[in-house]
Amino acid sequence: MTVNFLSIYKKSRVPSWILGVWILWTGLYTWVATEMGFDLRVALIDSLISNILLAAASFLLINILKYYTPGKGRYINLVALTIAITLLWYVSSRAIMLYVLKTEIGAGPFWGKDFPVRLAIAFLVLGCVALVYVLVGTMEDREIQIHRKSDAEKLAREAELFRLQQQLQPHFLFNSLNSISALVGSDPTQARKMIQQLSEFLRGTLKKDDQQLISLEDELHQLRLYLDIEKIRFGHRLQTEIDISESAKSATIPALLLQPIVENAIKFGLYDTIGQVLIRIKATRENNQLQVTVSNPFDPETASPTRGTGFGLASVQRRLYLLFGRNDIVQTFARENQFVTTIIIPQHD
Amino acid sequence: MIKAIIIDDEPLARTLVKEYLASYTDIEVKAECNDGFEGLKAIQEHQPDLLFLDIQMPKINGFEMLELLDHPPAVIFTTAFDEYAIRAFDNHAVDYLLKPFSKERFDKALEKWKAIYAQKDTRPALKEVMETASHSPLQRERIVVKSGSSIIVIPVDDILYLEAADDFVKIHTRKGHWLKNKTMAHFEQQLDPGRFIRVHRSYMVNISEITRLDPYEKDSHILLLKSGENIPVSKSGMIKLKEILS
Repeated sequence: MTVNFLSIYKKSRVPSWILGVWILWTGLYTWVATEMGFDLRVALIDSLISNILLAAASFLLINILKYYTPGKGRYINLVALTIAITLLWYVSSRAIMLYVLKTEIGAGPFWGKDFPVRLAIAFLVLGCVALVYVLVGTMEDREIQIHRKSDAEKLAREAELFRLQQQLQPHFLFNSLNSISALVGSDPTQARKMIQQLSEFLRGTLKKDDQQLISLEDELHQLRLYLDIEKIRFGHRLQTEIDISESAKSATIPALLLQPIVENAIKFGLYDTIGQVLIRIKATRENNQLQVTVSNPFDPETASPTRGTGFGLASVQRRLYLLFGRNDIVQTFARENQFVTTIIIPQHD
Repeated sequence: MIKAIIIDDEPLARTLVKEYLASYTDIEVKAECNDGFEGLKAIQEHQPDLLFLDIQMPKINGFEMLELLDHPPAVIFTTAFDEYAIRAFDNHAVDYLLKPFSKERFDKALEKWKAIYAQKDTRPALKEVMETASHSPLQRERIVVKSGSSIIVIPVDDILYLEAADDFVKIHTRKGHWLKNKTMAHFEQQLDPGRFIRVHRSYMVNISEITRLDPYEKDSHILLLKSGENIPVSKSGMIKLKEILS
């Protein structure tokens, strides 16, 4: 008998603390029954029958709730279900009691005067079981939902950052290859050098996407590779001036951020003016902020810098927003015939 | 001798075309140009039979430069544009070469051109190029016009309104007005419909210049622009206006 109970208990995979609570509850039930004047044997039989059936009723209730959980505001269904199971419990426990105890004192009539008390106790216990089950279930659902949502957001953010970093202009690549094609005929040594520069530049853009912040010095190395290639493409038309203060060199910056800004400046400068184009890049560090400005000439007569400053800056702005949660990091203004882009990168060391 | 001109803002790109042309003893490169302005001058001076023309160039692009010529020569476009952008005119250009291109591909383009050149009739093909080129997204931000011997670039934001005038369209800005040898339908296609609206058979206005709309006679309205002009609005123009202003 004991072995059977144990194996049933093991199969049900009910946590041991619930078994503990059940034993305590059964003991308490027995004690109350003896206090009420029943002898111990009757009280114990009563308690065991009532509480084994109560455990079974709880089990039944939970299994029903597994397949049917009342929605918001439908708790009346939950109460009705609990009442139905309570009644079922009462009828079956009384039937078994009468069968086991027959006519002994304590077996009582089927609907004795203790009927409301028994019913109330069973209802409370089953009600608690139902409520706890539903509440825990709701909380777990919500937690899973929150997890899923934050996971999805994180994934989307990473994908977007990756995509923004990868936005290498195909124009740049194809035109560079075309220049190399020309150099192969006229100056093979220079062609080889340009292939090497282009490769190093491309490798840099591929390598850096996993480490988000790099030193300005590393970023400038990558930028110089880019500028060298552009200078070969555009010849003497394109000139650059880079001025980095000593303290700014060790500052950190999101990898591959400067290139699209400079690319935008070069395009703007080269396609909006005729003749030589000087691109100035300046970096300073003050009050835990790295400030980088990039300026290019433009023609105020024909260009409207507020519009068409290019996709380049929009993606830079988006990227910085994703990284720092701020929209004021990229700023642009036009002064006479110079278009200036300023970015401010907060430093945390 | 066949006269050719190369127009490209990248020196090495020009070098490549020149190198590929070296094997053609019957073709002489008359000029190399950095941009459309130099190109226009050189074309006027040399009257070439063939142009090698880049699309993205300083100030005015290749299409805009061609628009300014009364008798444009045959053109082979050389560009790094992706296929999608180029598809708009691929049936009409003499040929187009996607950078970087091979000598074989270049030779094919010249063969194609020579077949057309033999018939001495390259103009219809080019006309078509110009019509389809207007679909190119490159053109929407500005309009290039010729005024006497100078070339004027008008940013579309500066345009107040367009007015039909016989075979021309009059482009009104705060600085004056210019004529362009195009139709209203052409501009309706070319300009951003979110910024320009055709309110009348003969008028198209810059939406941001509109300040007031008043009823005028039966079934018609009149628009007041910020600059003070009154523009008539037709019945169908009114429907479009209501859509955009609501």
